[in-house]
Amino acid sequence: MKTILTGAAVALIALAGTAHADGHQKVADIHFLIPGGAGGGWDGTARGTGEALTEAGLVGSATYENMSGGGGGKAIAHLIETDDGGTMMVNSTPIVIRSLQGVFPQSFRDLTPVAGTIGDYATLVVNTDSDVQSLSDLVAIYQDDPTALAIGGGSVQGGMDHLVAALVMKNAGTDPAQIKYIPYDTGGPAMAALLSGEIQALSTGLGEAIELARQGEVRILCLTSPERVDAVADVPTCAEAGSEGTEFVNWRGFFAAPGIDADTLASYQAALEAMYDTDAWAEVRDRNGWVEIFNSGEDFTTFLEGQEEQISTLMRELGFL
Amino acid sequence: MIDGILIGLSTALSLQNLLFVMMGCLVGTFIGMLPGLGPMSAIALMIPIAATLDPAAGIILMAAVYYGAIFGGSTSSILINAPGVASTVATSFDGYPMARSGQAGKALAIAAYSSFSGGVIAAIFLLVAAPSLASVSLAFQSTDYFALMVLGLVAVAAFAGKGSMVKALLMTVVGLMLSTVGTDQTQGVARFTLGMIDLVDGISFLLLVMATFALSEALMAILRPKDDSARLEEKEASQKLGSMKVSREEVKEMVPVISRSSVLGFIVGVLPGAGATIASFLAYGTEQRIAGPKKGAEFGKGSVRGLSAPETANNAAATGSFVPLLTLGIPGSGTTAIMLGALIGYGIQPGPRLYLDQPDVFWSVIVSMWIGNIILLILNLPLIPYIARVLAIPSRFLLPLILFFSLIGVYFVSFNTFDIQLMVLFAIAAVGLRLLDFPMAPMILGFILGGMMEENLRRALLINDGSWSFLWERGLTLSILVIAALCLLAPPLVGWITKYRNRNTTDATPD
Repeated sequence: MKTILTGAAVALIALAGTAHADGHQKVADIHFLIPGGAGGGWDGTARGTGEALTEAGLVGSATYENMSGGGGGKAIAHLIETDDGGTMMVNSTPIVIRSLQGVFPQSFRDLTPVAGTIGDYATLVVNTDSDVQSLSDLVAIYQDDPTALAIGGGSVQGGMDHLVAALVMKNAGTDPAQIKYIPYDTGGPAMAALLSGEIQALSTGLGEAIELARQGEVRILCLTSPERVDAVADVPTCAEAGSEGTEFVNWRGFFAAPGIDADTLASYQAALEAMYDTDAWAEVRDRNGWVEIFNSGEDFTTFLEGQEEQISTLMRELGFL
Repeated sequence: MIDGILIGLSTALSLQNLLFVMMGCLVGTFIGMLPGLGPMSAIALMIPIAATLDPAAGIILMAAVYYGAIFGGSTSSILINAPGVASTVATSFDGYPMARSGQAGKALAIAAYSSFSGGVIAAIFLLVAAPSLASVSLAFQSTDYFALMVLGLVAVAAFAGKGSMVKALLMTVVGLMLSTVGTDQTQGVARFTLGMIDLVDGISFLLLVMATFALSEALMAILRPKDDSARLEEKEASQKLGSMKVSREEVKEMVPVISRSSVLGFIVGVLPGAGATIASFLAYGTEQRIAGPKKGAEFGKGSVRGLSAPETANNAAATGSFVPLLTLGIPGSGTTAIMLGALIGYGIQPGPRLYLDQPDVFWSVIVSMWIGNIILLILNLPLIPYIARVLAIPSRFLLPLILFFSLIGVYFVSFNTFDIQLMVLFAIAAVGLRLLDFPMAPMILGFILGGMMEENLRRALLINDGSWSFLWERGLTLSILVIAALCLLAPPLVGWITKYRNRNTTDATPD
């Protein structure tokens, strides 16, 4: 995690958006608050979204501010404290997880959720050489001897990849607390560990597994989507594969200050919604390999509440709460 | 293979692409010189530009920026003791003393020749063996990485200098302790943060190295007022500052160092969990040992070997890190992760089939490495005398500039004022420790390796259900640990044996 810190510090200057004030402009200017350092995932999401919005003329100009610290908690506290309606903060699934873990005292309820914009489904994958052909094979090994199955992931114990693996196992009718979860600092080394045989299965995002699966290096056992995804049409959903009701999406989205007025909030949401149809967005999206999910306003809040419920139940069962 | 090279050459040698290489090298060198901006940020900055070009030109541009930034990073390590990225820390150990003794031009030239050779030799390995090396990338597991970090730490003996082994070891422990501050990478628990939210993410490498190397060096220079004769000497020295003359004996010394370090660097680079920093430390430690007691004692005081070894190794490792990227689609480092993103942007997915499906991409990446290295050498050699003259700036201007750029460099990455306060605190502590002759290098080594060592050890213990038996049951782990033990124990043992023998012979002579 520390290694991806440096990134595009000068991009602050380089990417200062040039505005084409077209007729369809929704917002004059937006200030993006980024809870992590330059070059990370949050940074890329905020700057990419800002670039698309300004290029397409939906937003007059965009400015960016990196505020790392406290696993994102510093920026959350800052947004609540200043209560500035002109600011949008980028965040993602960890805001739910870290809030439950008590990394910071606030939660998404202390902010105004604007919209979820992009996302990725989670997967369980094994090496192609593995005897495990399906999720039920994996569950059988686990039930036989949990210590014989090391499942790796690119986050800490109790982090997202661990929770996803636990969710799949729990819904398959086993005790998720027995999982032997091996943490790696990012997805890359975790994938290397799977290919080297150090771990028997890997919990990761579809985006990180899809190409290696196409090239025949790994086998995707199941996908945490509600229905099958076209890009990997032969991969069953986890529910189909025997993990009843398993659904999970790792989202990224935006939050505004708690006291933002309804009109400004609506204009932000309108700008983000209109963004999906622009060429500028298509370019940014393809450059980064993002998957669109648009989840705005009330729907987004309901979704967050559901995810919080899902994760807190799991964390309690795993003994992290 | 010849066909492949020809495809690569014909793409890379077009006028347009040569222009991109030149531009990339210059921009990269400049960005790399700024503290805080390393190869990774340089490439990240180039992505929007590269995205508008065709894939071959884009990759060539990024490779050029990459090598330029690596060279630029060495420049700030050598001239002002400010290594902006971890892989150039070892470069400053001998590069900076050499520059301070008035041989800045020579130090920069040696660095340029070494990184050029390291890059070119490693690119040959890549060319010949990349597809078959994929298995090497996967040979190492957490237990082996743990052993490798232990071996890296043993290199600490190389920095000890005369008689201050205990101080070096103490500073290593300080570094290891500092690396445990922040959220632990296994269970996500905050440790030693004193309840401060700013410490939850740990202490950044850049902050620590800028505070203890660049800032403390500038502060020490202020505390060390020069008398007039020294000033006169300095004036004379500044006349020779730009001289790049490397003597024939020095070239003879460098050749074996470069050949060994490029092989070592390349192999370490191929491992996705190791990388250029470990490679540079291992090469430095290895060469210090091989150099023998007389030449070895020069290490840390401006040794040609001590400068050449890490410079060769870090560039060779950077090239080696393309093996897991191109053959497995796995990014082993932050830089290759950004490269992977850029390649995917072009619709190119590196992986085991890239070599077969899109040979033109595969070969133009490799050929562009050569071109990048060659152009870099051609462009930068004439610039060295001018770059070296930075040191001719009177210290009343130079020192504030160093202070300014170090602080700004750190602030521009985190945008957190707490970091500035912490930096000042570390810098003051470092000055105090240096006045008491405690070396800073072992602390940085402990800090860099500490995090990775802990992570790999805990992972190994988790996988083996808490049993330590992997230390002796896994062949590769055991071999590396045995080498580490030999490195640590051999010098005192050899010294003891020679002493014993000498005593025996002197005892024998009266007869």
